[in-house]
Amino acid sequence: MIQLRHVSKRFPDGYMALSNVDLTIDTGEMVFVTGHSGAGKSTLLKLIATIERPTSGSITINGHNIAQIKPAALPFLRRKIGFVFQDHKLLFDRTVFENVLLPLQISGFDRNTATSRIRAALDKVGLLSKENVLPITLSGGEQQRLCIARAVVHRPAILIADEPTGNLDSAYARDIMAMFFSFHQVGVTVLIATHDANLLEDNKHRVIALQQGKLQNDQRMA
Amino acid sequence: MISAWLNQHWYAFSLTIRRFLSAPITNLLSILVMGIAISLPAGIFALMGNLPTVSGQISISPQISLFLKQHATQDDIDLIRTKLEEDKLVASYQFVSKDQALYQLQLDNGLTEAVHNLAHNPLPDAFVVETQDVRVDIIDQLRADMQTWPAIEHAQFDSAWAKRLEALTNFGRMLVLVLLTLLSIAIIAVMFNTIRLQILTRQTEIEVSKLVGATDAFIRRPFLYFGALQGFAGGVTAWLIITFVLQILSDELRVIAGLYAMNFQLHAIGYGDTISLLLFTTWLGWLGARASVASHLWQIEPR
Repeated sequence: MIQLRHVSKRFPDGYMALSNVDLTIDTGEMVFVTGHSGAGKSTLLKLIATIERPTSGSITINGHNIAQIKPAALPFLRRKIGFVFQDHKLLFDRTVFENVLLPLQISGFDRNTATSRIRAALDKVGLLSKENVLPITLSGGEQQRLCIARAVVHRPAILIADEPTGNLDSAYARDIMAMFFSFHQVGVTVLIATHDANLLEDNKHRVIALQQGKLQNDQRMA
Repeated sequence: MISAWLNQHWYAFSLTIRRFLSAPITNLLSILVMGIAISLPAGIFALMGNLPTVSGQISISPQISLFLKQHATQDDIDLIRTKLEEDKLVASYQFVSKDQALYQLQLDNGLTEAVHNLAHNPLPDAFVVETQDVRVDIIDQLRADMQTWPAIEHAQFDSAWAKRLEALTNFGRMLVLVLLTLLSIAIIAVMFNTIRLQILTRQTEIEVSKLVGATDAFIRRPFLYFGALQGFAGGVTAWLIITFVLQILSDELRVIAGLYAMNFQLHAIGYGDTISLLLFTTWLGWLGARASVASHLWQIEPR
């Protein structure tokens, strides 16, 4: 369970990205975060992923208050979360396989276990046949899928995606969304930030709307 | 747990090798720079290690001469013999009786005629003492002690050679120390800069690693390995340079020594010194990398 209480985030330049947000996300829930750019979607996700720390308020993930945790303990929290970055953050001097390997190397997996997990993750996103190519040769949609494979390879309980369909055409976007639904179906808590209204048309999951850093609307679609 | 730790170290090691191979020429050049830099003080040190060998050959180890009083009896001589036997600072001694000395004088200087004209032997009995220690002040102290022994007319220490040798070795030691300090700082600086450049070109890698849960130790490790490895390689290079140079010098010295009817050759660096050298350069590389990582890595925080 993820709980935010009176969470505010002010950046050093004085910009107030989030103010006084209260929010509870249950384990295994699938949640969309919408709003215009600059509404605070990314900040909200980064706070939950412990990439940013709140200026005030508390964020609790499975009982741990991550706003108060020691910096040295942060890496171990991050390993429980999968993050699909808006700008992918792929390493272009490493092959597709090695990109997915990174989180497992960090956790100290042995090569054999790692290899079978990586193959499984790449298979799930349809990149198994490209494991030895460099990411630069992949299309935008493939790069996005590689980023997803890297985010799920260590089997996190929470999967967070920032604009995962950002600049993909609608057919690709539907593909990607289908993947997130399948993760949700096996019990992963999924958080997706998007400004793409098309994605939400026939959506039956919870949608949180942010506006200028404030929680504007929180509803479950029928 | 242990296998995870091993896997992480193996990863750091393979990453280090990969980074090394990604710019082999640059890295080989900086190893060469380190090797040459450290070979200078280490080489002088090795040459100094050869000094006792050389001095042993041409016998400049310090000596004290004890001249006994003219009326010294056999009991006096025996007493001095026991005292020398007991003294820990004495390495060896030799008794030269007055008759022996006179005989020697005749042989050496061709003064047979003059000696025969002497009414009695004017030479005293004497001891020639070689000391354990080569430090001038200690030998001087010993000489002063001996002067107070009974039946000693005069204790003489020919300190000029010993003083010269001591001054020379002190100078050499200081030179090694100064060079070592300066060049060690230079090596640390070189390594600091190398790692700084590496960190800058690997910003994305560091950022992404942090984002997916890498600890600071995990990110630091490949850079520290890199520093240590380059330091080690620099040490090996220095060793090769010194060994090669000593070999050349030794060949030339043998020619010179041959002209003076002496026989010696320079010794290569011993096992102990080799290990010290490699450990030291490895440590220098590690230290430079550590300093660089400490001052640059915190600047890369994911946003």
